[in-house]
Amino acid sequence: MPILELLDVHKSYRSHLSIRKYWILRGLSLSIREGEIFGTIGTNGAGKTTTIKLALGLIFPDTGVVRLFGEDASKVESRRRVGFLPENPYLYDYLTGEEFLDFHARLFGLGAATRRRRVKDLLERVGLANRGDRQLRHYSKGMLQRIGLAQALVNDPEFVVLDEPMSGLDPIGRREVRDIILDLKARGRTVFFSTHILSDTEMICDRVGLLVKGSLKAVGTIDELVSREVPYWEVTLQGIVNGSLPCGRIVSRREDRILVRVDSQSDLRRLLTVLNGHGATLVSVTPARQSLEDLFIREARGAPPSPARADGGHAHSN
Amino acid sequence: MLTRISAIALNTFREAIRHRILYLLLIFAVAMISFAQILSLLTVGSEEKIIKDFGLASIDVFGVLTAVFIGIGLVSREIEKRTVYTLLAKPIHRFEFVLGKYAGLSLTLLVNTTVMTAWFFLVLLIKGMFDARLGVAVLLLFFQFLLITALAVLFSCLSTPILASVMTLALYVIGHLLWSLDLLSARLSTEAGRILCRALYYVLPNLGNFDIKGEVVHGLTVAPGRLLWATLYLLLYGSAVLWTACAVFERKELQ
Repeated sequence: MPILELLDVHKSYRSHLSIRKYWILRGLSLSIREGEIFGTIGTNGAGKTTTIKLALGLIFPDTGVVRLFGEDASKVESRRRVGFLPENPYLYDYLTGEEFLDFHARLFGLGAATRRRRVKDLLERVGLANRGDRQLRHYSKGMLQRIGLAQALVNDPEFVVLDEPMSGLDPIGRREVRDIILDLKARGRTVFFSTHILSDTEMICDRVGLLVKGSLKAVGTIDELVSREVPYWEVTLQGIVNGSLPCGRIVSRREDRILVRVDSQSDLRRLLTVLNGHGATLVSVTPARQSLEDLFIREARGAPPSPARADGGHAHSN
Repeated sequence: MLTRISAIALNTFREAIRHRILYLLLIFAVAMISFAQILSLLTVGSEEKIIKDFGLASIDVFGVLTAVFIGIGLVSREIEKRTVYTLLAKPIHRFEFVLGKYAGLSLTLLVNTTVMTAWFFLVLLIKGMFDARLGVAVLLLFFQFLLITALAVLFSCLSTPILASVMTLALYVIGHLLWSLDLLSARLSTEAGRILCRALYYVLPNLGNFDIKGEVVHGLTVAPGRLLWATLYLLLYGSAVLWTACAVFERKELQ
């Protein structure tokens, strides 16, 4: 049974005093499997946050089905096993870190002793053990993100939903959040998060979904999404003074170093064998691979479908 | 359920008492009650009436302002600043959120009214003007605050903070002038007009039920059933308003 399942979900908004509908999701189908880290990527307005809000019963679909742990997502009980960190969380800034976590733990009906222990553990886990007695208004953005994350883990959830957890964080903060997500997976938890930061997605996600204008354009593992074929190689050579190369195209020249682009493996072999004759030294050979960013940009710009698209271009994930 | 409601109520109370506006309103209320003594010097022979009347009116006005501004601020801000997301993503029924907010605001008003009343009674005791019936008048004012808070919570669920404040304050004024609607219906010539007036008279909150200031200040007898009726009215009308607020919030899209 999937942890979260959306089936042909449509969602629209109507601004105040307007009869015109704006479609946010158009027939979105998606399922999150137990124990995986699933990342959704997409441009602003692609429907990432809307998907998360639907999953948590904060908004309701126009049509379609949203199931959390096999139950209707609007049912309150299904959220007992969920932790959630919203995007740019505005937290109760008049509370101290400890009060804030204690308040959220109370909502799960945890006893005083359990709450005390849980709050202490979580503050340590997110690196705020020495800042628990400070009001949140005195926290930096990174600290707020971390205390928000701690709040999401206060019930030791099986399913953790994070909306843009790395946004606005410095590289150290991102690394810390990434480590927490990986730690959750190691503990057997399922993580579903949205992000703009593609490198993090590539690094930690088991599967990725690409949302474009309210539809899932591609979904799968990074290997499934991004072609592993190498379209060209970049070769850096040193010491070539004169003479032309047997193959390849010089892309740039800096002092006695040149960067050559070679389009096939046979050309690469030819180039490497004739290097000695030219008195050159090989510095590096870099295969150019398609990245998630290439896929993202191509799909977001509405380019023709990539052969790497999952499920033959359908929006279903299974 | 009660654990969750009380946790939200306690947090709301905590937010309110860390709010500067609350203290500003309290300082103003205490200053106004004190000012009544100076004002009373200007009138000959009715010093006691002025002090009591002004004191009760100050508690009334500042209590209502607290209910409206802090009440609406605390509910709307949860929605606007999206702190409500982290709450409602937990196993919390939306009605628990609404009732928790209401309970927290009521607790704030209880503390607020107690402080204002304590100062008011201290002034009266020093002056030797204390009358136990003033306690009943303050209790009814507190009942009125509870009803106004329920309306503030309802309007916060329905609309923007500014509109909610305007609507709640408008209902406060209308609620005190409702007797004129009763008079008007008797003078109207058309049946439809009379029905409309009567309907509005019963639908709109009749805050006159909580006002015994005149009787207490002028030493008149307060009808024995007033307190009972006011309690019953608060329970029925307040429950209806809160039930509507919960129903509205239940299907609200949190965008």
